Amino acid sequence: MVADPVLLQAVAELFPNGVSRYAVGGLLVGLGTVVVYVGTGIPAGASTFLESTLSYVSGRSRFQRYVGSRDWRLVFTAGIVLGGLAFAATVQSGVVTTSLYEPGTTGRLYEVAGVTLWTTDVQPWRLFFGGILVGIGTRIGKGCTSGHGVCGVGSASKTSLVGVATFLTVAIGTAQVVAALGVSP
Amino acid sequence: MADRHPLFKPLVFVGGLIFGFGLGFSHMARPEVVVNFLLFEDLGLPFVMFGAAIVSGVAFALLPRIRDAAPLTGDPYERRLKPFDRNVLIGGAVFGVGWGLSGICPGAAYASLGVGNVTILWALGGMFVGAYAQGYWRSRSGARDAAAAGAD
Repeated sequence: MVADPVLLQAVAELFPNGVSRYAVGGLLVGLGTVVVYVGTGIPAGASTFLESTLSYVSGRSRFQRYVGSRDWRLVFTAGIVLGGLAFAATVQSGVVTTSLYEPGTTGRLYEVAGVTLWTTDVQPWRLFFGGILVGIGTRIGKGCTSGHGVCGVGSASKTSLVGVATFLTVAIGTAQVVAALGVSP
Repeated sequence: MADRHPLFKPLVFVGGLIFGFGLGFSHMARPEVVVNFLLFEDLGLPFVMFGAAIVSGVAFALLPRIRDAAPLTGDPYERRLKPFDRNVLIGGAVFGVGWGLSGICPGAAYASLGVGNVTILWALGGMFVGAYAQGYWRSRSGARDAAAAGAD
């Protein structure tokens, strides 16, 4: 078969950073989920942590229902933060190199004690107001990208498939409108 | 729970480490990359979400056939099935606006802090504010519903 140069160029434009960093990262996210599930039977999502952690400081019934899981959810989140740091200290810092990783050009890199760290250029007001809506929406909608997107879709849950279709469609529309209004980054 | 297996939290921690490393490696911890996907400028994101869903889906399908209960909790292996109601659509839409505006979701925000993105504290602060606001409102309306039911 002769590779069509037009097709190859189209694929390169759709995936300017290749697909390997996404696929490998996704496999690791799945593996982390599986490790927890195999040992505990829990299909863990990330957003419940927001409410379970609020139960330490608020007696409201909506948060108190998560008292039984708040300790391990804190441990899970601490693991996610330190997993990000482990990535920064190895692959992002260039200590570990692999052809599967495409560093890209987004944001800004800076160094602390020999570790290459990264920070975003996206404006704080977008992060803050977007964050508020993420906090409201994930908790009312029964899940986020990990709860619905990874565990729910992995469970072939119709609720989660509808949830993912909803937030994906609305997010695409929102990002397009925000970009059309000239907001960048 | 006080009587949980001593390896319960260490295992959850290790799972979180792998999960967070994967979010860093896949660049999902970078809001720019998520926004670029939503603008159709880099279509890599589905490889992360569906790649992870396939891996966990295999485990969710196989483990119940291999064992009855998880070793560290004694809980049965079950899939993640939640009942559908209109909250899934309303919440999903609100989350979609927030995700599209900020380019960050909860798990990726935790990992983003780990890769050095101090600015993401704005998003994390916002998420706690949002989670508190809906919990405050829903605790009140829940109490009101209960009181109304009791009055009947």
